[in-house]
Amino acid sequence: MTVPLPATQPGPWAAAAMIAAIVLASTTGEVFTAAAMKSIGDLDKIRARSGLMGAIRAVLTCPMFFSGVFFLALAFFSLLFALNHLNLSLVAPASASLTLVTNAIAGKIFLKENVDRRRWAAAVLVCVGVYLLAH
Amino acid sequence: MHHHSLSPRQYFILGLVGFSAPLGDTCLSRGMTAMASMTLAHPLSLLAAVFTPWIAFGIALLICFFASYLTALSWADLTFVLPATALGNVLVALLARFWLHEPISLERWAGIVLITLGVGFVAQGPSRTERNTSAEAEAAGIKLPNAVAEEPSR
Repeated sequence: MTVPLPATQPGPWAAAAMIAAIVLASTTGEVFTAAAMKSIGDLDKIRARSGLMGAIRAVLTCPMFFSGVFFLALAFFSLLFALNHLNLSLVAPASASLTLVTNAIAGKIFLKENVDRRRWAAAVLVCVGVYLLAH
Repeated sequence: MHHHSLSPRQYFILGLVGFSAPLGDTCLSRGMTAMASMTLAHPLSLLAAVFTPWIAFGIALLICFFASYLTALSWADLTFVLPATALGNVLVALLARFWLHEPISLERWAGIVLITLGVGFVAQGPSRTERNTSAEAEAAGIKLPNAVAEEPSR
């Protein structure tokens, strides 16, 4: 097939499934990664104290970091697959926007972050913006 | 201990997070759309794609993204970092328009404006939920080997 994009556009359900796979994997990965980084502490301070290698060691000795990386890698390969079938200007904003909302929910539940009115407003504005962008 | 104002260095890192991700994605898109259509029946073709130039360059950018992202997460909330760096979506749309020549309709421009507004909203608030380190760890349900050594001066 010489004209890959318009000729191979999948149906809306297939597109939704591809995007859902990215969103699910990346939300899980980001929550694990954020929890790991919070447990490690300010990387800039660690680097000031024990150098770049110290900072890298602090990250690489945190088991939860690797759970995060596993799911982020899964999200990455789902993204590669989706980009082969869909427009970048659909996949990138759609997955990013939905991830934003699922992360606001997951951040509140699992990371106990203070998701105040301002942050919900931002999540909704960006989500709607991305919906329009993807349309 | 207040995290309401970020240092210039921290703004730079947030900028790096926002910029490198969409730039990397754009490189991936350029690489992937140039390739023949793939199916789930041949998953190894995805691995082979990793070694083509555009994909490799995209991955290099995404590694840069990941390093700055991890740094940002170590001093800011996930629910702050993600919206704050959403400005990257605006950049990716502009790149898609001017580099990949995908069209931008009026609705898309409206989307770009809303995202920018949303980023403005979250950027005005605190970057981190205030609490002491042990409560933080408890909230995340983890033990901390390293975080005990928080400087008393801050």
